[in-house]
Parts: sequence; structure tokens; C-alpha cells
Amino acid sequence: MADAFVYDHVRTPRGKGKADGSLHEVTALRLAETALRAVAKRNDLDASTIEDVILGCVDPVGEAGGDIARSAAIAAGYGFQVPGIQINRFCASGLDAVGAAAAQVMAGQKDLVVGGGVESMSRVGMGASGMLPAVDPSVAIPSYFSPQGVAADLIATKYGFSRDDVDAFAVSSHKKAAAAWADGRFSKSVIPVKDVNGLTILAKDETIRPQTDMQTLGGLKASFAMMGEQGGFDAVAIQGHPEVEKINHVHHAGNSSGIVDGAAAVLVGNKAAGRRAGMKPRARIRGFATMGSDLALVLTGPVDVTERLFARTGMTMKDIDLVEINEAFSSVVLRYIQAFNIDPAKVNVNGGAIAMGHPLGATGAMILGTIIDELERRDLSTGLVTLCVAHGMGTAMIVERV
Amino acid sequence: MNLNHFRFETDADGIALATWDSPGKTMNVITQDVMTELNTIIAHVASTEGVKGCVITSGKDAFSGGADLTMLQGLGLEYAKLAKSQGEEAAITFFFEATARLSQLYRKLETCGKPFAAAVHGTCLGGAFELALACHYRVLSDSDKTRVGLPEVKVGLFPGAGGTQRVARLMQTGDALQMLFKGDQIKPAAARSMNLVHAVLPRDQIVQAAKEWIKAGGSAKAPWDIEGFKNPSNKVHSAPGMMIWPPANAIYRRETSDNYPAAKAILQSVYEGLQLPMDLALRVESRYFAMILRTPEAAAMIRSLFLSKGELEKGARRPADIPPTKFKRIGVVGAGFMGAGITYVAAQAGIQVVLIDRDIEAAEKGKAYSHKLMSDQIMKGRAKSADRDALLAKITTSADYSMLKGCDLVIEAVFEDRAVKETVIKKIAENIGRKTILASNTSTLPISSLSEYFERPSQFIGIHFFSPVEKMLLVELIMGKRTKDRALAVALDFVRAIKKTPIVVNDCRGFFANRCVLNYIREGHIMLAEGVPPAMIENVAKMAGMPVGPLSLNDEVALDLGWKILQATKKDLGADAIDSRQEALLKTMVVDLQRFGRKNGKGFYDYAEKGKALWPGLADLQKVKLDADSINKQELKDRFLAIQALEAARTVEEKVIVDVREADVGSILGFGFAPYTGGTLSYIDRMGTKDFTALCERLAKKHGDRFKPNKLLKQMAKTNESFYGRFAPKKAAA
Repeated sequence: MADAFVYDHVRTPRGKGKADGSLHEVTALRLAETALRAVAKRNDLDASTIEDVILGCVDPVGEAGGDIARSAAIAAGYGFQVPGIQINRFCASGLDAVGAAAAQVMAGQKDLVVGGGVESMSRVGMGASGMLPAVDPSVAIPSYFSPQGVAADLIATKYGFSRDDVDAFAVSSHKKAAAAWADGRFSKSVIPVKDVNGLTILAKDETIRPQTDMQTLGGLKASFAMMGEQGGFDAVAIQGHPEVEKINHVHHAGNSSGIVDGAAAVLVGNKAAGRRAGMKPRARIRGFATMGSDLALVLTGPVDVTERLFARTGMTMKDIDLVEINEAFSSVVLRYIQAFNIDPAKVNVNGGAIAMGHPLGATGAMILGTIIDELERRDLSTGLVTLCVAHGMGTAMIVERV
Repeated sequence: MNLNHFRFETDADGIALATWDSPGKTMNVITQDVMTELNTIIAHVASTEGVKGCVITSGKDAFSGGADLTMLQGLGLEYAKLAKSQGEEAAITFFFEATARLSQLYRKLETCGKPFAAAVHGTCLGGAFELALACHYRVLSDSDKTRVGLPEVKVGLFPGAGGTQRVARLMQTGDALQMLFKGDQIKPAAARSMNLVHAVLPRDQIVQAAKEWIKAGGSAKAPWDIEGFKNPSNKVHSAPGMMIWPPANAIYRRETSDNYPAAKAILQSVYEGLQLPMDLALRVESRYFAMILRTPEAAAMIRSLFLSKGELEKGARRPADIPPTKFKRIGVVGAGFMGAGITYVAAQAGIQVVLIDRDIEAAEKGKAYSHKLMSDQIMKGRAKSADRDALLAKITTSADYSMLKGCDLVIEAVFEDRAVKETVIKKIAENIGRKTILASNTSTLPISSLSEYFERPSQFIGIHFFSPVEKMLLVELIMGKRTKDRALAVALDFVRAIKKTPIVVNDCRGFFANRCVLNYIREGHIMLAEGVPPAMIENVAKMAGMPVGPLSLNDEVALDLGWKILQATKKDLGADAIDSRQEALLKTMVVDLQRFGRKNGKGFYDYAEKGKALWPGLADLQKVKLDADSINKQELKDRFLAIQALEAARTVEEKVIVDVREADVGSILGFGFAPYTGGTLSYIDRMGTKDFTALCERLAKKHGDRFKPNKLLKQMAKTNESFYGRFAPKKAAA
């Protein structure tokens, strides 16, 4: 089996996903195009040699509908030969897109593929493509469906994380992200989004609030209490985990991932493709996995999928130098740290989605890039990236520097 | 037209009137014959040029109670027979067509091209209301007797003749789902405001109004058959839909623990149906209807909650040769919570009550309870102050036992203490005539032993009410060894008069209901001792279908009472008769910690103004704490239900229960035993005595001898004989 290498990766900055966000005026296509164009151009690639573009997009409707990956490849000037496919595994789509790219390379069917993702949450809107597992009784009921915020609160309740615990983690996310930006740690990979004249629209992530502290967060009301109680979701969560008497609602906008716009692209290929293009591989994809997990907890998939990936690769947490776990909600990260008893200093060292936001379809590719950059900066070897996924799934990938 | 169930006439204006009046019946019900005649009427109206339209009304005091459930049972039997003789596919093809027939008939009426109007007075429920919904115009009488609704879900069914589809097209989806889930009987004014009907008028005007509507050119097209019709909540898959469906699915689980397939089929039919044009929507509804009719839940619930319950209420166990009692006056001795409740329900039934206690103040306090309950009714707009005055006028309070003279029945409800009961029974005996039946509301003392204090033990019987009396639907009658038929007949007549459901059991410790309930509570205690998280005990019990968790229930009936019963049992039957873990737990709670339950604000729960919460100290009482994720929740559920069902099986072997219907109906109405199972014995029958016995043996091995199956079960298990097979109840009500 061929090895799959990451040759390069780029991402756009993440713009606040609302009408007053800087990227609101930018189409989803243009975001994707920006990332695709940059990853080809800065490697002096003949883009027509790219054999596929796989992009995650969670709400592929409206302006993001109709296979945005093919459109973005055309818009980025890759040439008519380059096909595209849009995939959706909710929040892990971006990482699964890279995994799909790697799988084709490993299988010897393609030499060079771009994986990545795009989401314009300010323009298309979260949930715009519908949410079958919440709506159709024949799946919602056996799935113990509840909104993710309620599930995150269930995780906090079941595993004993208090409001202070989840707020403290959120504060640290902002501090770490601000420090990382100040230190220029993202500058290598973040590509400014520009207008047609070349004027910069946004060059930096815009939702980081370094001044966030326990007091500011303490003033926020739990977001999911009313929904959980009146909508029946607390009862659903408890039926899934009946040792819980009452859901402790601890999450709010300040300790959950931010809604943002953004796109990312990761260049994946085999050894020969790199040699032909004169590129040096930056990391080898050691393994990746996806699996379903507890439906009521929804968001503990990273724990289960990491165990599966360790079993597959014969590795343990001791082999991992750095971990990136998507900060969908504070409790997701805290539970992961608790489950594997990891040193928190190894986890999300440059902050995460609570500070910088979570452009659903793109985040997986973005944090994969983050960990490769940081492994290089610290001169470490092995990193693990994982994301929790709606409807009770998880995806993980292990990369090592070469 | 050759009609038997309908009278049909067409007036000078060309407007037909079909008057439904099935001969020889007090209530119209939908049968195969009624459907055939309705089909004839529709065809005639549609094809006769001079007929402009048709009004459907009833010739009886009520419109109709809906479909004949025994007919549905019959179709089920036919299906089973066909499946055996011709295979599953032929059987289900037959069954689907047969069960969709009513829905198709109504659709034919709705699309026949001529306007139909329903003029409804009195009860109009289930399939009958679905007929009205299929009519293009509906007018209700404003009578207090008029009620419409779709109560199918209460017996494990759902409205399968277009009910889910038409209701969901008449009102907001959330309101429609709530109506279909609840199955309430709806008053005329409410039905009008819910958009279920078009007009409410005095009874004598409804037929005329319906005719006028047709004469004025009423449309023969239902709103949903008109181009451009929009559902009241718009599209299912939309932003508004996201506000409706996820919570609807969650609330379904919250309310049912996913134990009620009919309720889920309502959701599914409405969800799918609202995305389809009417004809296809009805076909989808029919598919789910055919599926639901074949569920064991529907079979069990129809049998216990409709048929058996009705049979028991109509006197299935009543000795036939004793003339019915017309109660003029009864006596209640003991004006505590139970006595006060009994007084209220008797007065409510129009019976004069003499309420006796040791002094007039105590008796008055008991009467004040009726005042309070009636005032609550007035506050809710369900009664007028004149009703309260009339009811209170029926209650005479006194401390003088001689007032009991002339009562048809005297019920003692004094403190649960043998010596007190003895004194009171003897005092009552001195003051009543030779024909008065004397009853005891004891819940723990054997009736035969109490009857010894009375010189006419054949006229002594146990009438065990459940608390709170005005809410609980069941009354358990206990036959002492020497109780005779007349006492039973009078007691049954009384239960009928107060509109409750009776079961008749033979005397033993705990009778029927309490034996099962105490087992349920004990199982909760033992789980706590084993180290199961307290919240899991409570939640899993509810998920198994019980209305309240065992710890919560124990708090309600009081822990010290449980402790007393346990000590009494130990004294009478020896230390082996009780569970030492339960004894230790209750001793700690009651003796050491003075935690008595709700009554002193602390039991397994703490009670605060904001509500109750499990007492955090319970965790410290657990020597072992089991890991929540590795506990087998299904096994916990099995334990809760099996330990009660097994007790019911024991009562059958001991002949405490002599009619299996009573164990089923009694367990659901008396202590809320998982209604979807159809009751304790239906629960066993559904599993099969073979599998149930095996389950008990497995549980006995793992959890102790209390799960050991009794002799009767083991015998039945050999051939997997069912309770309803071996002890088939006599069908005809006496």
C-alpha cells in the first residue's frame, strides 16, 4: 500500500458567521476558491495534475449547493479535467475529506488529491439543508435525538464538569489562540481573503476575545436549559443515561464553538507525485478512522474512535505528542482529556473553535493543518486530530512528520 | 335502498337526511354492515340527480361511540387464521384491505361530488368522529352531553380512518399531535375553537342548519382537495418544521419511554402524510394502522383497558340472582383522608352519606375535604357553587353511631389498628339494621379476621379504596372466608354507583394490589443496596412503564409504614420472610435518620418548595457503587415488571385472583402497572409462560429466591400454556 503524505495546507481566516462578519460579503464559492488557488500556487503546481478535489460542506444548499467542490476547482483555475466531490459528515467533513483523499492515494488509484472543506455559515445558515435525524420520528426516536447543546450538557453532567470547569476551559481557549496569533504561529498557513481588486477583506480570525475571563462568561445564561426542559430533550438525554437525575445546563455561546465562515485545503499525494512536482512531504498520514458512538451523548465519538484508531495503528496515547480535538463544546474536550488522562498541555495548544470558530465543513482540515504546523514548530513527531460529529459519530486521524 | 341501520329520506329541496339508528342497540357502532350501508348511501347521493347533498345524523341520544373493537379483534383472528392456512403474504394482503376499508369509504364520501354534512349530538368518538371529519361541514349541538374526539390512543390504537390526516390539516401540527396523543373527549365550544367543527347550535337546530348549509351551495370539496391548499404549519421540512418535529419526537419519548407504538405511529403518519396529497396520505396512514392493529400492545390494551374493564364495570363478577341495590344512604365511619374521600365520591354519586368520627369536629374536618374538592372544581369552571351546596347537603356529620340506622351500607375507614377496628366494628354493629352490609376499607388486615368482630360475617366485606379516592379508578373488593353473595352484590352495586372499576379478590395478606406494589418497592430498595445509582432506579422503573419510581412511591406511602409492615411480616412469618437488605435500609432511613418520606419532608427524596430531588446522602448509604455504564438496564426493567407479575401469578395459584381479567385491570388501574403490557398477567402471556418462567429462574439464580417461579407457572411453562388460555374468563357479563 502506498503512503499518503500531506504536502501542504492552507486555510482562510475565520470570519464571524453573522451579517456583521467580515466574510459575510464573500460567497462560499469564493472562500473555497481562495484556499484551492493558494495551495496550488504557492507550490508552483500544475493544478491540472490534481486528480480530485474533495470538499466537506455541511449545508450544501443554496449558493453552496450543486457540488461546490467541482465549481471551486473550476473557479480556482485548476482546469476542466479536475473533478470535485462534496461530502458531508457534519463537523468532521473537512477531516473526512482529507481521509478520503488519502484513502484513494493509499489505494493507488490517484496520485495527488486535494481534501478540504468550506462553510459560509453567515450566508447559507446552519441547518439550511435540514436535519433529517431530528425530524423523522422513525430515526429521531431510536436515535435519542437532542440538540447538541443539550448533549454537551449531558456530557458535563454525566462526567462531572461544573459550570466553572467549562468556563475555565473556554477562557484558556481564547488566551491560547490570542497568544498563538501574537506569536505568528498561524501566519504560515492563513491566506487572506481578498476582493477582485486584490484588496484584503480579512486576514485574521476575528472572533478571538483575549480579554475573556471567568467573570464575563459567568454572566451568560445557559443556552439550552429552556429548550431541554420544555422541548423534552432533557428527558430524552436522561433516558439514554438514566443514572442522571437532572441535566446540569452549563453551556452557552461563550464556551461553545463560534459560528464562522471559512475554507481550507490540504494537498495529499503519494511519493511520486511529490517528486514530480518538486515538493517535500510535511507529514505522513499514519491512519484514520470514523465510527458511530453513543447516540444520546452524541459528542463522545472522539473517545471511541481514538480507541479504534489506536487499535488499528498499534499505538497508544503515549505515542502522541500533540492532540487537536475540535472544541465543539467545552465538555467535549474535557471528557476527552479525562477519558485518556492526557496532560492538558498537549491538547489544543493554540486554542480552538471556542475562540476561533467552527466553520462546520472546513474545521477538520483546518485543525489538521494547525497540528502539522505546531509539530514542525516544536519539532515533535506525532499528532492526533479528532472531531465529534452530530448524530453520534467521531472521526480521528494520526499524522507524523517525515 | 335496503337499509337497516339508517333511515334515509330526501326532502322537497332535494336534501337527503341519513339518520343512523342501529336497531336493538343503545349506541350506534361502526360494523361491517354499517359500512356497507353507508357505501350504498354515498353511491345513491352521488348518482341521484335530484339529490343535492346529504346530512348525516343519529336517531339516538348519542351520535356514535365509533368502531366496534370486537370487529377489529375479529379481523385480527381472521388474519392469524389466514397466515396459517395461506401464508403471511395472503394474510397481510387481506388484513390491509379489510382495515383500510373504513378510511377508503370516508374518502369516497369526501370526494363523491356532492356535499355531505354531519349534524352531531351526544358522544361522537373515534371512527364516528372520523366520519364527521370526512364530511364537508360539521355542526355540533351545544348540549353538555356532546363530546367529540379521537380516543383510540388510549387503547393502543390510533385514528386510522383519516383522523390523523384530517386533524393535521385543520390545525397547527403541534396542536394536532397533542390532540391525537391525548385522546381527550372535547366539548363543543372547544371543538369549534380548535377548528374541528364549523358551528355549534342548540340540538333542535343542528339538522336544519346542516341542510341550510347544503341549500346555500355548500362546497363538496374539502379544503385539502382545493388547488393551492397549504398545511396550517406549512411544510414539514422547513424552519417552522424544525420548531415542531424535534420537540414532538422528544416529548413522545418523554411521555411514553417509547413503549407505545400507536403513539409513535401517529407521529409517523402525520410526518409522512403532511408531505403527501390526501389520497396517498390516507394510504400511508392505513399502512401504519394495519401494522399497529397487529401489535401485542394494541391487543393487550384493547383487551384489558376496553373490553375487560367494561365487562368488570358492567358486573361480570356480580352474582346475577340478587336484585340491584338503589343506594339511598350509606355510612362512613372514620373521617380521615380515606373516609373523607369515600364520602366525597358517594355524595358525588347522589347518595346521602352519614359521616361519623369520634367527635363532631373530626367529622366536620372530613366533610371540609368535599368542600375543598368542590371549590377546586368551581375554580376550574367545572362546577357551580350551587353544585357544591347540593353535594355538601348530602353529607351529615355526627359522632353519634345511631345515625347509621337505615344505611344500605356502612364502610369503616378508621385508623389501621386492629384494636381500634374491633371497637368501631362492634359499635357499628350495635347501631345498624340486620340488612345493612358492613365493609372495611382496611389495606392490610385480613378481612376474615375482622369479620369475626361482626355477628353476621356473611354480610361483611372488604372495600379497599386507593388513595386519593377521588382520583383512583379502582376499588378492590375482598371476600372474607364467610362473605356471601349479597354482600358482594351490594359492594359491586356501590362501586358501580360511584363509577369506579371493581375487582373481586379472596382474602390474604396484602390482598392483590398491595402484594404486587410492595414487591415493586422492595425491588427498588434492593437495587439501592446493590449499588445501582438512585436516579437510575427511578428512571429505569419509569422507562419500564411504571408511573412513578419505587423510591418516590415509597416516599408517598411513607417509609415508616413500610418499616411497620416489614416488622409485622417478620413477626408473623419469621425472619426468612423478609429481605435483610431491605430491613437494614429501612432501619437506617426510618429508625436512625427519621426520614419518613414526603410527610416529614425527607425520605429517599428531599422536598423543597422548588420541587423534590433525590437525597444526596443516599450515595453514602451504598457500600458498593456500580458503574452506571456497565449496568444492564434491560435487566433492571425485567426485575421491576417480573417481580410484580410473578406475584400476580402467585395470587392466581392461591386463588386470591379468580378471574385473570381482574389481575390485569387491577394492576393497571390500581398501581399503574405498565399499561402497554395490558397488565401483570398479559405481560406474562405476551412473553409466554415458558420464557417468563425461564426469566424468573435466571433472575432467581442471580438475584435471589424471591424470583423463583411458583408451581403453577412451572406447570404452565411445560406446554407454554397462557393464563388467558388456561383460565379463560367467561365472556358474557352477568
